[in-house]
Amino acid sequence: MQILQYLINGISIGSVYAIIALGYTMVYGIAKMLNFAHGDIIMVGAYISFCVTSYLGLPAWVSVVAAVAVCTVLGIVIEGLAYKPLRGTPSLAVLITAIGVSYFLQNAAQLIWSSSPKNFTSVVTMKPISLAGGKIVVTGEVLLTVAACILVMVGLTLFTSKTRTGKAMRAVSEDRDAAQLMGINVNQTISTTFAIGSALAAVAGVLLCSTVPTLQPTTGSMPGIRAFTAAVFGGIGSIPGAMLGGILLGIIETFSKAYLSTQFSDAIVFSVLIVILLVKPAGLLGKQIQEKV
Amino acid sequence: MKKILNNKTTRTNLLTYLVVIVAFAVMQAMNSAGMLGSSMKGFLVPICVYISLAVSLNLLVGICGELSLGHAGFMGIGAFSGVIIAALLKDVVANDFLRLLLAMVCGGVFAGVVGFLIGVPVLRLRGDYLAIVTLAFGEIMKNIIGNLYAGTDSEGFHMAISTSKMKLAAGGKYIVSGPLGATGIQKLATFTMGFLLVLFTLFIVQNLINSKEGRAIRAVRDNRIAAESVGINVTAFRMKAFVVSAFLAGMAGALFGLNYSSVTASKFNFNTSINILVFVVLGGMGNILGSVISATVLYVLPEAMRGLQDYRMILYAIVLILVMLFTWSPKVKEFMSVIADKVSGVFKKKEAGTNE
Repeated sequence: MQILQYLINGISIGSVYAIIALGYTMVYGIAKMLNFAHGDIIMVGAYISFCVTSYLGLPAWVSVVAAVAVCTVLGIVIEGLAYKPLRGTPSLAVLITAIGVSYFLQNAAQLIWSSSPKNFTSVVTMKPISLAGGKIVVTGEVLLTVAACILVMVGLTLFTSKTRTGKAMRAVSEDRDAAQLMGINVNQTISTTFAIGSALAAVAGVLLCSTVPTLQPTTGSMPGIRAFTAAVFGGIGSIPGAMLGGILLGIIETFSKAYLSTQFSDAIVFSVLIVILLVKPAGLLGKQIQEKV
Repeated sequence: MKKILNNKTTRTNLLTYLVVIVAFAVMQAMNSAGMLGSSMKGFLVPICVYISLAVSLNLLVGICGELSLGHAGFMGIGAFSGVIIAALLKDVVANDFLRLLLAMVCGGVFAGVVGFLIGVPVLRLRGDYLAIVTLAFGEIMKNIIGNLYAGTDSEGFHMAISTSKMKLAAGGKYIVSGPLGATGIQKLATFTMGFLLVLFTLFIVQNLINSKEGRAIRAVRDNRIAAESVGINVTAFRMKAFVVSAFLAGMAGALFGLNYSSVTASKFNFNTSINILVFVVLGGMGNILGSVISATVLYVLPEAMRGLQDYRMILYAIVLILVMLFTWSPKVKEFMSVIADKVSGVFKKKEAGTNE
């Protein structure tokens, strides 16, 4: 029975990683950049939600909408100011700029909200469900997280396969120059990708802080790195891959904490990543692209 | 002599040594004249450490073309093995300088060996995937070092990776105690040793770059397939660069560890790796003198802005973004060249006017 409980917890935290990883993987697939500031957008989203519920006293769903709106705008602004001017330059230049943006967001948050941790009140009011005579407890947060994760996954898959913008995104990620020749507005497509990624980050931020209630300016960085690992794990650039990677990473993390070692859970998670990459160098669902001579 | 100076790479290399030596002499003179504040004195060794780290990472990122996000991991291995070795040799080697040197060499060797062991599987990967694996490696190292216990008692030296397995006899002394890190370190590091480390790093890296190996490594960076097809053993050369880089980072780490009375594993995290990478990229990839200068400036900059308190890191972030935009953006470059043309045009017109 205990094992089922761990599995549920693992899927729950894995779903949060999966939502963050989706943002990473979309941006990587389309703009070919490692956006290290993504984790800090999560933190901003959580702070916005915190402010709306705690200071303005508005209901939880309003706070989620506000967080999504602010983060979407933030994502577009960051992309336009910091990343767009560097389009076509070596990826390392963009990477360093992303790190600069990440520092900026963390320190701006520290100035605005101070570095002392805030106690985030969960957006879920549902009572936990007890199964199998109280041996397994499913909290409202778990249900909401998993539901949000499935919804996002289905939504994104439909979006990229059915809509014009989604198809444009796939075309840009496949071959940017060819897409431009076909009349696709590449810059606008990349902006849209950042907007979607940042909106997802806001959702992930609220869900993450509902599960782990301490909120401080560095809240986003570790889940950010984890989710990034998850995206690579599943094959970076692939939407189902990010989903699979996130959930597997969450399960591995919970199980290694429960059965192997609490202190070494980080080492175990990252070792699994290394092993996977050695066996399948492009990740679980990634495409292996043969280099042309 | 003249012939040597005519060679451009030799000239650049000599210039790098000259800059470092002059800087050392100036700082040393100012120090003995009592012109340095206590905070500036505290910066001297870390600056040397970060210069060595930046130069060694530049070998990997700039020359070899491999993005590494785990350089702090090697630094951490060097720091902790150096601290342990220095503590163990306390009664054996009386001379502080010699003990520091031994600790640094051991730190370097440990980091180099780990670099080799990791390199065997990892160097099969390329590009962003290699970057991610080095990131993962850095986190693993931080995690393991953060749970390392080491100490001595009457029965000798003990080491374990959990509290329960670590049993010291009465009167035993901990050198490293898990998440609390290494405490009670004897501060052996000196600015002179830092200077020597920088010179040694420069010597190794610059000679490596301009040797047969270095040319092969650059060939691999510029076109791997072409390099492979002319018979260069790509993996072997990448491995050499990786191990040398790890070795130098380990030495720098040992010096860093022995500069403070206590060191924790959390110091050697992802952010430290990233900071070193920022030094390399802002200094110019593949440009050794650039790494030296940018490591110095960027280390001192946030510290010098301490007066601005909370605003200093945000300013640092803005400076970082702006520098990247100004040095890389094609539009800004175009704008600057237009301005440069106009300025030179004004001067040309003036010249033409005076001629008439």
